[in-house]
Amino acid sequence: MMKCKQATRLMSLKQDRPLTRRERLSLRLHLTMCGACRACERQFSLLHRAGERYRPDDEDEPSPRG
Amino acid sequence: MIEHSDSPRPGADRRRRLAAVRPRLVSFALMHLRDRTQAEDAVQEALAAALEKDDSFGERSGYETWVFGILKHKILDAMRVQKRQGRWTPLEDDDTDDAIERQFHRDGHWNPEARPRGWGEPEAAFESEHFWRVFDACMIGLPDNLARVFSLRELMGLSTDDICQTVGIKENNCWVMLHRARLRLRACIERGWLEEDTP
Repeated sequence: MMKCKQATRLMSLKQDRPLTRRERLSLRLHLTMCGACRACERQFSLLHRAGERYRPDDEDEPSPRG
Repeated sequence: MIEHSDSPRPGADRRRRLAAVRPRLVSFALMHLRDRTQAEDAVQEALAAALEKDDSFGERSGYETWVFGILKHKILDAMRVQKRQGRWTPLEDDDTDDAIERQFHRDGHWNPEARPRGWGEPEAAFESEHFWRVFDACMIGLPDNLARVFSLRELMGLSTDDICQTVGIKENNCWVMLHRARLRLRACIERGWLEEDTP
């Protein structure tokens, strides 16, 4: 069974490139058993969306920068 | 602002829009360059270029988007200069990061006090001034290299392949840095966002 630290590595990688089938399966297995890692994955994905919001060219969205 | 007497004056409306977007451009540049002077310079160059090319832009919508596109190129130029000046050092393989080691037990599981918690609905966070203050503070607190790689990836939307070429690091190193940046940010934001949720 993969450890949480290793799982966060795959969650992070997932934001940057498609995971291999093996990586995807082992991450999914870990996430079904670990609530803390599920929360971490939601946080990484929120960070990704926050980055998109941060760009000053996002005219359709209300500006987070005031 | 730079003016050329032989070029037509951009409309007052354009100037107002540039002045309004300027603080956001500076803070965006600062996230990447980690140097206020360089960030101000990059924004100044982008604004000057925008005023010069104002005619070619015409009347299309999305003026801010267009100016921001110019700024991105200026930031990437400045980062290439930083790279030539040796301000970029890849992580060593045996390099450990205490801020991350503290989040995990030796056995690789979360430390109880570092276990990630729910942050509520993302939309609610994005609507909150407090969230963005915490986000900014946590970004500023990141080590320079981690912050630059994270900014290029998540704020500018470059692929890790493009990042490697821009700053001259190996893709694997880039993934390691992004992993560390995200773990540090999540811990920092969680502290600021959930535990000090007072103005």
